[in-house]
Amino acid sequence: MSLTKEQVKKIAKLGRIRLKAEQEDEFTGEINQILDWVTMLQEVNTDGVEQMTSVVNVSLPMREDKITDGDIQEDVLANAPDAKFGCYVVPKVVE
Amino acid sequence: MTKLTDLSVTAALIGLENKEFSAVDLAKETLKEIENKKDLNAFSVDTSDFAIKQAAQSDKKRADGKAGVIEGIPVGVKDLFCTKGFSSTACSKILNGFTPTYESTVTTNLFAAGGIMIGKTNMDEFAMGSGNLNSSNGIVKNPWTRKDDNKVLVPGGSSGGSSAAIAARLCQGALGTDTGGSIRQPASFTGITGIKPTYGRCSRYGMIAFASSLDQAGVFARSSKDCALLLEAIAGYDKKDSTSINKPVDNYISMITGDVKGKKIGIPKEYQSDKMQGEVNDYWQKAAKFFEELGAETIEISLPNTKYALPVYYIIAPAEASSNLARYDGVRYGHRAELPSGASLDDMYELTRSEGFGDEVKRRIMIGTYVLSAGYYDAYYKKAQKVRTLIANDFKQAFSKVDFVLTPTAPTSAFAVDEKMDPVTMYLNDVFTVPASLAGLPAMSLPVGLDKQNMPLGMQLIAPAFEEGKLLNAAFALEQAIGFNHKPGEVQ
Repeated sequence: MSLTKEQVKKIAKLGRIRLKAEQEDEFTGEINQILDWVTMLQEVNTDGVEQMTSVVNVSLPMREDKITDGDIQEDVLANAPDAKFGCYVVPKVVE
Repeated sequence: MTKLTDLSVTAALIGLENKEFSAVDLAKETLKEIENKKDLNAFSVDTSDFAIKQAAQSDKKRADGKAGVIEGIPVGVKDLFCTKGFSSTACSKILNGFTPTYESTVTTNLFAAGGIMIGKTNMDEFAMGSGNLNSSNGIVKNPWTRKDDNKVLVPGGSSGGSSAAIAARLCQGALGTDTGGSIRQPASFTGITGIKPTYGRCSRYGMIAFASSLDQAGVFARSSKDCALLLEAIAGYDKKDSTSINKPVDNYISMITGDVKGKKIGIPKEYQSDKMQGEVNDYWQKAAKFFEELGAETIEISLPNTKYALPVYYIIAPAEASSNLARYDGVRYGHRAELPSGASLDDMYELTRSEGFGDEVKRRIMIGTYVLSAGYYDAYYKKAQKVRTLIANDFKQAFSKVDFVLTPTAPTSAFAVDEKMDPVTMYLNDVFTVPASLAGLPAMSLPVGLDKQNMPLGMQLIAPAFEEGKLLNAAFALEQAIGFNHKPGEVQ
């Protein structure tokens, strides 16, 4: 099963990546090569096998539901490409 | 007289303690050497003023009797670590201009132990690559060259700046990160030692995320003992990383005795590959023989699911990457594309991400997006997570019979920068390192010899979880037996 160029463009769109027209064929070829290769996993019998969800097999630690930081607005905004009045500025989204 | 920059961590610590030189002397010499070898492009961020300041403080700490484990040692810091007040971009254009307002836990620990940040090292963009060919700061040159040609060779990846810096004697130690082999493969390509500890041994707080269930910090140096000191400095529990493990860090250096008598070394038969350079196999057998001479026993073992490790990795790592890298949208930090008037929010996302990410990163985001998408999730991602369990079980079984697993680190010595490779061929570089990553196990690479082209080759040792001390000891024993003491540029 191979992905078409249209499908690859759709995946790019979902990942918010705009491919240049001249790159579409190349990406389609490479992604198909990778997907063909990983398809070999289908031959492995995984009946009754649990998915690995924790690498070192520990349960997540619990913590108190308490604010432990805060008052760092300046730090948070320090790297913003555009910020005004203590907020991030983005293109208009509501008409 | 030996150059200060040629000293090991251990020797430099003795020199500092005996007042033969100060941390400031060492830092200055090191910075001079970095300047001399600028053409390697091993460093991507200049932190020299900070380094001198740190060194002066370090001299004071030592004089006050408060020296840390690696007090005054110059260390290269991979650009994947967030360092407060210093550009931290993971060598990606999308993080251009990003200066963290906080310090990663690993560098915080490094500084507390006396480490001097001598500079930030170059790397593959977001740690995605095996040759340091994908950096927004340009390629890194391997300080080693082949006997028969003068082609520029890669230093391995993704921690290529760190490995080149250590091999070229530009610093005593370096921080790296390893997701599928990004410490071990570069160590092998540059004739140095590198260790990736157990997943959860070092905090990932402030380490720019690539694949969160695989990413782990580690260190490079020119010997096992040096690695032991550096690893002890950075490891430890951190409540800011919910996957870090609350377990005391061993005193690694005290566990290095060189005694491996009675230890069982597993040789996995599935690692035999016809794609492996002949000499790699020779050195593998030689390493096994050395262990036998040291009183260890070698046993053939089976890790039956080995061949599925790379495909599993190239589903899981891109899946996690596509999710982690969704945060780069031009809103909160880093690059934002110049927008045409009337551009929408979606335009901003798409243009920013298209300009900011390199091709390999785009490829992996797209693969990840696809394998996680409705209708394909079960066939790809879920399946890969199940096979990952089988791979971890293989190791569990093996470690019920043996103490360590010995394998080559990479199938070949370093390749040339101009060798064109398709993505899958490039991925095969990590065929021997990825299985231990998937299982979360500690693993390290140490140099064992030179091939016919005088290029270094490395062997990998893998240990059960949290057995870094024993692992470093086994590596030390092999290192002593082999006596690899070649330096780039000095081999005839």
